[in-house]
Amino acid sequence: MALDSKIPEGPLADKWTNHKNTIDLVNPANKRLLDVIVVGTGLAGGSAAATLAELGYNVKAFCFQDSPRRAHSIAAQGGINAAKNYQGDGDSTYRLFYDTVKGGDYRSREANVHRLAEVSTNIIDQCVAQGVPFARDYGGLLDNRSFGGVLVSRTFYAKGQTGQQLLLGAYSAMNRQIGRGKIKMYNRHEMLDVVVVDGKARGIIARNLVTGEIERHSAHAVVLGSGGYGNVFYLSTNAMGSNVTAAWKAHKRGAYFANPCYTQIHPTCIPVSGDHQSKLTLMSESLRNDGRIWVPKNIEDAKAIQNRQLKPVDLEEDKRDYFLERRYPAFGNLVPRDVASRAAKERCDAGFGVNKTGEAVFLDFAAAIVRYGKEKAHVKGLNEEDDSLIQILGKEVVKSKYGNLFQMYEKIVDENPYETPMMIYPAVHYTMGGIWVDYNLQTTIPGLYAIGEANFSEHGANRLGASALMQGLADGYFVLPYTIGNYLSKDIRTGPISTDSIEFEEAETKVKREIKHFINNNGTKPVDYFHKRLGKIMWNKCGMARNEKDLKEAIEEISTLRDEFYRDVRVPGSENEFNEELAKAGRVADFLELGELFAKDALVREESAGGHFREEYQTAEGEAKRRKEFQFVSAWEYKGAPKDAELHKEKLVYENIEVKERSYK
Amino acid sequence: MSGILNSSIGRKIAMALSAFFLMFFILQHFAINILSVVNPETFNEVSHFMGTNPLVQFALQPILIFGVIFHFVMGFVLEFKNKSSRSVNYARNNGNANSSWVSRNMIYSGGFILVFLIIHFIDFWIPELNIKYVVGDSSGLLEDGSGYRYFEELQHKFVPLWRVVLYCVGFIFLSLHLLHGFNSAFQSVGANNKYTQSLKGLGIAYAILIPLGFIVIALFHFFNNSH
Amino acid sequence: MNLILQIWRQENAQTKGKIIEYPVQDISPDMSFLEMLDILNRQLITNGDIPVAFDHDCREGICGSCSLYINGEAHGPDRRVTTCQLHMRKFKDGDTIFIEPFRADAFPVIKDLVVDRSAFDRIQHAGGFISVNTSGNTQDGNSIPISKHDADEAMDAATCIGCGACVASCKNSSAMLFVGAKVSQYALLPQGQIEAPDRVQNMVAQMDLEGFGNCTNTGACEVECPKGISLENIARMNRELIKASIKS
Repeated sequence: MALDSKIPEGPLADKWTNHKNTIDLVNPANKRLLDVIVVGTGLAGGSAAATLAELGYNVKAFCFQDSPRRAHSIAAQGGINAAKNYQGDGDSTYRLFYDTVKGGDYRSREANVHRLAEVSTNIIDQCVAQGVPFARDYGGLLDNRSFGGVLVSRTFYAKGQTGQQLLLGAYSAMNRQIGRGKIKMYNRHEMLDVVVVDGKARGIIARNLVTGEIERHSAHAVVLGSGGYGNVFYLSTNAMGSNVTAAWKAHKRGAYFANPCYTQIHPTCIPVSGDHQSKLTLMSESLRNDGRIWVPKNIEDAKAIQNRQLKPVDLEEDKRDYFLERRYPAFGNLVPRDVASRAAKERCDAGFGVNKTGEAVFLDFAAAIVRYGKEKAHVKGLNEEDDSLIQILGKEVVKSKYGNLFQMYEKIVDENPYETPMMIYPAVHYTMGGIWVDYNLQTTIPGLYAIGEANFSEHGANRLGASALMQGLADGYFVLPYTIGNYLSKDIRTGPISTDSIEFEEAETKVKREIKHFINNNGTKPVDYFHKRLGKIMWNKCGMARNEKDLKEAIEEISTLRDEFYRDVRVPGSENEFNEELAKAGRVADFLELGELFAKDALVREESAGGHFREEYQTAEGEAKRRKEFQFVSAWEYKGAPKDAELHKEKLVYENIEVKERSYK
Repeated sequence: MSGILNSSIGRKIAMALSAFFLMFFILQHFAINILSVVNPETFNEVSHFMGTNPLVQFALQPILIFGVIFHFVMGFVLEFKNKSSRSVNYARNNGNANSSWVSRNMIYSGGFILVFLIIHFIDFWIPELNIKYVVGDSSGLLEDGSGYRYFEELQHKFVPLWRVVLYCVGFIFLSLHLLHGFNSAFQSVGANNKYTQSLKGLGIAYAILIPLGFIVIALFHFFNNSH
Repeated sequence: MNLILQIWRQENAQTKGKIIEYPVQDISPDMSFLEMLDILNRQLITNGDIPVAFDHDCREGICGSCSLYINGEAHGPDRRVTTCQLHMRKFKDGDTIFIEPFRADAFPVIKDLVVDRSAFDRIQHAGGFISVNTSGNTQDGNSIPISKHDADEAMDAATCIGCGACVASCKNSSAMLFVGAKVSQYALLPQGQIEAPDRVQNMVAQMDLEGFGNCTNTGACEVECPKGISLENIARMNRELIKASIKS
């Protein structure tokens, strides 16, 4: 099937408006006759469910957590971008569009990104109206901070818990509709298959995670807002339950999977402390506003710090290498995430890492404390030369800005970041790849939509900080509710979809068969054992730097591991009860397939772009080298085994932006 | 306004309002009783006034009785409901880590105060009713008519050691009850603001000084009499 | 370090549960509490036993999934942390640790340490929102200035993660800190004023219906709350309810 991105005609800035004006609508009376299933209740799924219900559709929403409020969007810390230009620093829709396309290393779709920038301002207004307590300045107006990869302050925030507040906003909008009966909420339910009837997505098979019951749910359209697949790496900043299952099952039913190899490795995470580690904790990117990243200049000093013979605070200023400031003077510590991560890895690989395993760099607030302390002393008319006073005042300011993050760090690492620099290391954080969607956010299965991190479209090969929240809410509040109407307008005479059809029967049987396999398998090893091994392969061979040899090995190793998994996994208990191991087994089974496609995608993409860095394709200075011939989206069609997937290319056309060398120097 | 008493918060506020009333009552009760130490004559006069004034007797007194009964009944009802909202208890619970003993055991301090009150009623109030309304003597005079009877009766009550001990223990429990109750009542009616800290101090002072004052009165009379 | 765990095991909501003892060895002080339980579970699975079920998801203290009553305290002995952020360095070699579910009749046990906290959701359905439809035509975010003080205070109330530690540590299983926080967030913001009377009355009514106990102001919830939600929020809710009752 040829890919049709369905991008509307006309000038870039008018595409969305024109599109909205010309697509078909469903009249309010008919909306009552239409059912929509939304899988996932994070920012994208939650906002979509609420908005669709407000419009009058009957929504059934599903989440595997015990409440929609617990979706992992809640963990986003730093903020949400919007081209409001409240700071008057030259921001505009075009500039947000430009920064996003450039930040994504020219691998995203122009029209989608521009639409995102257009609706970004509506998101802020909507959230304020919902009662989201964004940070305000002393005049009572909304405050902004700056994030990586941009030269303006356009990030709105609510302390270090922006994702939480935005999600609770969407959750509150859902609650209103649940209370009205327009959303029927299915908590602790996991989607295990999409049901396709006559070529259209007409429902899902879900497992009730409390009783184990396998349920059929029908609808006129299905929306996946099921998040990203970062947990294929086992260790990531994703929640323990975050999984690819919904997206992968859709893929196996015919939805193309796009750019799986585009993974974001976030530079500022708390380093791994030992083999027992179950997940990684992110420290907000906002810390790079004030923290300076460094390692020792001399290898001897690095060794001494690793062995704890030398304290970092005792190392003289001229013996420190502020490598981001050195390499990227224009953006300094605020270079985009992929660039910062790779630079940190480069230093650590060269032996300059600063923790006992040599896999950490410093994030130092000493300079910020002095700067803020002096500022404060000046404002208060106190002695600017009094060092201890400056320290006290400066720490107060830093505490007011990042107090909760510092506290979190101290709880985990047991070191006081006000006194000694933080240690950070890159970790898997976000996946730009996902289910391929057209301009309407519809997948290659008619009636199946993908929104938020689950789709692929806006961030290209690298996502800028504070843009995930923007995209999730843009899709859910302002894009999908319009575009889905165009599809549903053809379904007003269809009537309720029966769950007794042969397609539902077949899907249910298949799901039950897989569950039976796990329960009856007389294996010896727990699910985590395989997940960890998969994670090791992914991190070592498909991680921050990739090459042909490693990727080829990875494909084979993952395939072997998958066979071993099906043979030797042990799932205790039964299928008719609350059984977390069973749920995990199903998720890891899908990761074991996705991982293979991931490696294949990375192998095929013979260039470096954003989060995808191929060692064979780098400049003399070690920067990513893009290749013109790879200016396309890789959309993979499932063909039985992940490595047999068929590649479809969607050419990326840039008419409104000049494709340049991406430089932050 | 009608629905509020059906809600948990409404009942909580009602508890607080009855508590305010009772705390005010205790304060005035103390103010009168302390007169027995300072000036027996005034004590007698005020006592007589309180005992015979129709407004006090037929308006305030029933309200007081209602307040006392309401506070106790509601207290027990709430305690029962609260207890039944957790039918399986923790095998290990470390309440001291997060709250004071007194705050968690209001039902016991309150229960003991109730026992004390019953005895106090039997001791003071029923004889008082008997004299005034059964016998029909509202003069408030001693049998020989040489003056008011109140002070002498009071002194007489504090002769037996058991009663003095009972009173002292009763007031200790009152103190414990107030140590949490005073500020709790303010919190219940929504007073939690910049004055809360000062209010806390006042609450502790009230909770200690008033019961202590009552104890002093009891001891004063006990020792004065036995000498 | 080596530890003795005393863990509540309960097959499902219908059956009765009991405490069962499990020893665990070689626990690193750098592990989180849940990583320690992961080790126990791996051990149980390998031995052919049923692992201990517990709720957890983000493991960074924000989703509110993890619960656990550890040695008599919600989220364990540390302050301002959830169970997933609690580290084993807070315990000593040889310690016995009691691990129980958050207990309240409004939070029925699903299995072992997993409880059903959907009562919280239902309270929110009753009024935990501002009625504004998504249109793209909402007024500009800066059109109503909100004082920094109010915005910050609303934010402090809004940081509640809905974990239920307040209910679990309250001797009365009262949910007032949770409800108070939500009522406060909206009561402090101009956007929330219009629906304020209905909101507080409906949410409190639903809270009562769910079978939570009443608040007796012991303050245990505030101490055990991993996000430090202040008792002031309960006082504010009480005020809001009085105001609403007078109005209606």
